[in-house]
Amino acid sequence: MNTKSTTKHPKFEKSARSYLDNSQLRRNIRHATTTICEKRKAVVEEMPDWEELRESGRQVKEKVMRNLDRYLLQLEESVQKAGGVVHWARDADDANRIIVDLVKQKGESEVVKVKSITTDEIGLNKALAEEEIVALETDLAELIVQMAGDEPSHILVPAIHKNRSEIRELFREKLGDLELSDKPAELADAARLYLRKKFLSAKIGISGGNFAVAETGTVSVVESEGNGRMCITLPDTLISVLGIEKIIPTWQDFEVFMQLLPRSSTAERMNPYNNFWTGVTEGDGPQEFHLVLLDNGRTNVLADEAGRQTLHCIRCSACLNVCPVYERTGGHAYHSVYPGPIGAILTPQLRGLEDESAASLPYASSLCGACYEVCPVKINIPDVLVHLRGKVVAQKKRSGGFRAKTDPEHIAMRMMARTFRSRSRYERAQKFARVGQRLFVRDGVISKLPGRLSGWTAMRDLKPIPRQSFRDWWRVRS
Amino acid sequence: MSTSREEILKRVRTALKDVPDDEGARNQPADRGYRRESRMSTEDRVRQFAEHVNEYNARVTRLKESELVESIIASCARENVSKLVVPAGINENWLPRDQAGLTLLQDGPEPLSYQQLDESDAVLTGCYLAVAQTGTIVLNGGAGQGRRVLTLLPDFHLCIVRTDQIVGIVPEAFSGLDKLVKESGPPITLISGPSATSDIELDRVEGVHGPRRLEVFIVD
Repeated sequence: MNTKSTTKHPKFEKSARSYLDNSQLRRNIRHATTTICEKRKAVVEEMPDWEELRESGRQVKEKVMRNLDRYLLQLEESVQKAGGVVHWARDADDANRIIVDLVKQKGESEVVKVKSITTDEIGLNKALAEEEIVALETDLAELIVQMAGDEPSHILVPAIHKNRSEIRELFREKLGDLELSDKPAELADAARLYLRKKFLSAKIGISGGNFAVAETGTVSVVESEGNGRMCITLPDTLISVLGIEKIIPTWQDFEVFMQLLPRSSTAERMNPYNNFWTGVTEGDGPQEFHLVLLDNGRTNVLADEAGRQTLHCIRCSACLNVCPVYERTGGHAYHSVYPGPIGAILTPQLRGLEDESAASLPYASSLCGACYEVCPVKINIPDVLVHLRGKVVAQKKRSGGFRAKTDPEHIAMRMMARTFRSRSRYERAQKFARVGQRLFVRDGVISKLPGRLSGWTAMRDLKPIPRQSFRDWWRVRS
Repeated sequence: MSTSREEILKRVRTALKDVPDDEGARNQPADRGYRRESRMSTEDRVRQFAEHVNEYNARVTRLKESELVESIIASCARENVSKLVVPAGINENWLPRDQAGLTLLQDGPEPLSYQQLDESDAVLTGCYLAVAQTGTIVLNGGAGQGRRVLTLLPDFHLCIVRTDQIVGIVPEAFSGLDKLVKESGPPITLISGPSATSDIELDRVEGVHGPRRLEVFIVD
């Protein structure tokens, strides 16, 4: 399988620490996520049938996953019937090669792109650059990230880690406009002027896609700025890359997802532009349409019955905005194009648990469950996190051989399990611990354990065992 | 190419070995307990549509058809429009003909070039449907709406919505498009306010690449 990235990333707990020190970053992110959470709450509360919509969304997506082979074939047929060409890509290399070949066939050296996390996932821009093809990002935030030579840090707002004055400095340098103020309207205007010429001359547009309808072959892109409309409408050729999980069965299903997505994502009743196209239409828009269906590890996710629901994700980013961990570390600490709670379950499944950085992500959570509450398709993220933690431990044991079996933590866990199975052993252990902990309790908490045990207090303070347990109290009382 | 296809399908089937073989054939429909019809009065629909379009910082005017031409002329004057794009098949009665300082650029039978559109100031269209719940206009490229590019390059979009085109909620709009998509599959665009971005500190800014101004005329 060729889904693993070649660069080795640090573990979450390691990189989180350095981002936690960046107070500017934390301020930027807290401001942004707090704003959007409040807005989301308001537009969700005006929907009397929100829970019914969530449940329908969940059921539709579940049905898609359980019948994915059938829907993929149906989608292929529908797109072909509507005049499109369908390509299948096992992994990132496959997809990049298909796209590079298509661009080369047209003899083009520049393409315009709509923001697409899927193309970020496969490293398309780099693959194009290696063939001397310039991929121009046209979404304002992606443009900012691209100009800064930076990485996206949020699904919806990739430049969430940058504030207006940082963006002004970047534009002053890159666009050479020294008069520019830091007003968002003026910054957006500068991007409009810069990109308009590019749009008008572009011959090839590349997009991702939010949904693809098996029944009709319709593909949709939801957006706000109009850069999506430009890329989808103006060029002669359109190439769209979609993960195989983006399918919905019927056109009618849009009535569910086009209510769930905007309110969860941009926290609007409806985002400014939603585009739906079915193959090619004579006299309107690109006359050549290519759909690239991407696996790249998705079938691994599908194979895990407990993890399968991860594929229901419609990339709204509501879970990022409510997550207390994301709010403090930002997106870069996750070292993946999918940060936040959804990334913590998606990335390790896509890349595999042999990847140490990815395998550290299921621990990037306090399991508070806020992500599950806001998820528009009811993905039980805490459940999947716990499931993956179990798999990480099992993986360690498997790959570690004898040393893993004699690992003190493993032995301690087994002893703990033995102790918890018997009441007398449990009560005796409590008595010992009450005496033993005296050395470590400061101001009513244990905030630092020594040696091997230090890991337990690295991220949190422990509560000491109280002088009297509930059972002791009950005994005395009666 | 076909090898990737076969391999992905094989991986999918292997991954789904826990799913009973006949599940697909049974085709169990999903629960749809959400609202599918709004049961709002026409007046409520119109009022809510106007209110919600307005909240996107688009201009909304409700008027009689006989007042339309005059209002379009006034808006064009206010926004300094001298070149107004009009799609094929637009209702002739809506057009401000022979207006000094205002040139109509008709798209079709010869299509307007990107350059002509980029240099124009505004576009006037009708719509296929509109949604009160979300303040959304639905275009399907039909008569009086034109190709997608017409409502994209000009900086100012004037859109005429008849009150009988306004549905209450989102499912009613998608039901209204179902037959059309299955029969001819035209490109469909949902427009909710002028183009916007929240990419800088999640501050909403109206006006990026698509039309920066949107004006909706609701005609009784």
